[in-house]
Amino acid sequence: MTLNRRHFLRTAAVASAASLGASRTWGAGHGKPKVVIVGGGAGGATAARYIAKDSKGEVDVTLVEPTRTYYTCFFSNLYIGGFRSIESIGHTYGKLAAEYGINVVHDWAVGVDRDAKTVTLAGGSVLNYDKLILSPGIDFVDGAVAGWDVTSQNAMPHAYKAGSQSQLLKAQIESMPQGGTFAMVAPPNPYRCPPGPYERVSMVAHYLKENNPTAKIIVADPKPKFSKMALFQEGWANHYDGMIDWIGPDFGGGDVSVNADSMEVTIDGEVTKVDACNVIPAMKAGRICELAGITEGNWAPVSGHTMESRVDPNIHVLGDATNQGDMPKSGFSANSQAKVAAMAVRGALTGSKVFPAKFSNTCWSLIETEDGIKVGASYQATDEKIAKVDGFISATGESAELRAQTYEESVGWYAGITSDMFG
Amino acid sequence: MNRYTIYSCAATVLLGGAAQASDIGDPEHGAEVWKECAACHEVGPGAHNNVGPNLNGIYGRRAASVDGFAYSASMDRAGSDGLTWTLETLEVYIHNPKSLVTGTNMNFGGIKDAQDRADLLAYMRSFSDNPADIPEAEPTALADPWEVPADILALVGDPEYGEYLSSECTTCHQTTGDYDGIPAIIEWPEEDFVLAMHHYKNKLRPHPVMQMMASRLSNEEIAALAAYFGSLTYE
Ligand SMILES: Cc1cc2nc3c(=O)[nH]c(=O)nc-3n(C[C@H](O)[C@H](O)[C@H](O)COP(=O)(O)OP(=O)(O)OC[C@H]3O[C@@H](n4cnc5c(N)ncnc54)[C@H](O)[C@@H]3O)c2cc1C
Repeated sequence: MTLNRRHFLRTAAVASAASLGASRTWGAGHGKPKVVIVGGGAGGATAARYIAKDSKGEVDVTLVEPTRTYYTCFFSNLYIGGFRSIESIGHTYGKLAAEYGINVVHDWAVGVDRDAKTVTLAGGSVLNYDKLILSPGIDFVDGAVAGWDVTSQNAMPHAYKAGSQSQLLKAQIESMPQGGTFAMVAPPNPYRCPPGPYERVSMVAHYLKENNPTAKIIVADPKPKFSKMALFQEGWANHYDGMIDWIGPDFGGGDVSVNADSMEVTIDGEVTKVDACNVIPAMKAGRICELAGITEGNWAPVSGHTMESRVDPNIHVLGDATNQGDMPKSGFSANSQAKVAAMAVRGALTGSKVFPAKFSNTCWSLIETEDGIKVGASYQATDEKIAKVDGFISATGESAELRAQTYEESVGWYAGITSDMFG
Repeated sequence: MNRYTIYSCAATVLLGGAAQASDIGDPEHGAEVWKECAACHEVGPGAHNNVGPNLNGIYGRRAASVDGFAYSASMDRAGSDGLTWTLETLEVYIHNPKSLVTGTNMNFGGIKDAQDRADLLAYMRSFSDNPADIPEAEPTALADPWEVPADILALVGDPEYGEYLSSECTTCHQTTGDYDGIPAIIEWPEEDFVLAMHHYKNKLRPHPVMQMMASRLSNEEIAALAAYFGSLTYE
């Protein structure tokens, strides 16, 4: 547990001077308003940093995150393809604690008492909050893929939370026999990172093409269409001709079961023995949302104006866990939503100015060395949802220069967003 | 809407085909203005690449596409993104090169007189064969569509507001000015920043992400962002 008080002391004078203004919104005797953030990923880390940075010590920010090193899912496919090292996608919380005065607590949140406004941690401590922000990412729907549950995740990794799962999957691909078979069970909508499975297929193909060129890739997919489909299919034909067999629902791609003991995948009744298998099951909001009682169905509904839970106005939810409207579940989206929530929370707690919400997203994917593509859109909040305003997508048949440049841009984006999250 | 666009484009091409250099400006006076360019550029029969690329056939050419000339990374990037030299983009470039292509190697402050620009463009036009990219414009039409009105340029941006707005930019552009594949946007002269954003808005500067982001910014917001990012310095 890292409880950083240095910054608190340094900013205490500023805070008490400012608390005159704050007391208008905040009852006397209450002390500094407290924000607790659960989940130190794309949404949570960004929200913590922005609230701490912009409130200049007026708000007490606690970030609860079990892992000491957060491995980004973004670029974890590039790690699998051999374009990035695992270290290069790992980030720690030192700066958020030391430079922004955030109390970083390495523990799991295991319960939320919405009436008492407290969060209970696995280690037993109880944190009070005035505003709670939940950005726990995703968990998997039980029984989504017949034959698979979390106890199968070592034999058939999902690698949809990055880190040891990504390392495991990469190692299994590397130990495939020559001419072996890699299978992916792709998830149904909605799920985190719509192009993610297909970028992964590309990265696996890249690795196999260089190291195991007679190997095969099978993708069983319950969706008739997927993100950037034409671009991926063009790229697969150009770079990995004949290696990838994508089986859509018309050919039974939605009718799948697996057996992790025998390493078999059954698609539409046909059993295939495979050498490595990546099962990406259907997803739902991180479990803490359910425990807090703020989900409807699998996700936590929120207002697009503030990212406030539609169930409890003292809770904001960010990123993948939300049901917000048109934005895809991406790191870029979570980062964008975090800034809107940070502004709304600060406004409510300190009376600072709140501007209308604006959101944007761009998702880059890598198909093969220097062959990058992108899709993106801008969004605005309506009373009903976050609505798409305008968008763009890479075109098929683009020049190699443009594709190389798009890849370079994605590398720049990665550096940008991670320093926006972790300082 | 689409139909309409298609028809109006066709009309442009037809009229464009009939346009003469003299519709743009006075090429003879343009030859005088050209002397400012001639220190670095050659144009006309036997022109070679010099400090700058030769400018024969510039109209309708993709930016950064003269074989054997080493362009700035910024110009290469603009070319792959789709920047093509037309009357309009050339005028924007000649007016303030860095507002169109930020990292251009062309160290030239720009020609601020609209008539001089028109005349120069008419002169350069006489060394381009393909008239398809010359719109029907009368010389007076040149200044209008892209030029950012003086009152907008005169807006004084509020850097604090800019800092707030900047969170939309900093997902990609780093406040330290570090370059890892996305251009640095700190320490720019405010006017260049403002012009650049308006050029994205008007789709003169290529790049789909930036066109989308800029399309949603008001004049005040652009001024505020220019003030904020202009105030950041390299460590
Ligand atoms: C293979 C892959 C590729 C991707 N590529 C891209 C990409 O190129 N671009 C892009 O924008 N997005 C990409 N994404 C999506 C992106 O990773 C997610 O959308 C993003 O991380 C969502 O942010 P989040 O804050 O909702 O969740 P996360 O970033 O997952 O953060 C959630 C955090 O909460 C913690 N947590 C969970 N439960 C608790 C609890 N009870 N108590 C305390 N802490 C808890 C977790 O440990 C985790 O660190 C990709 C995803 C994958 C899987």
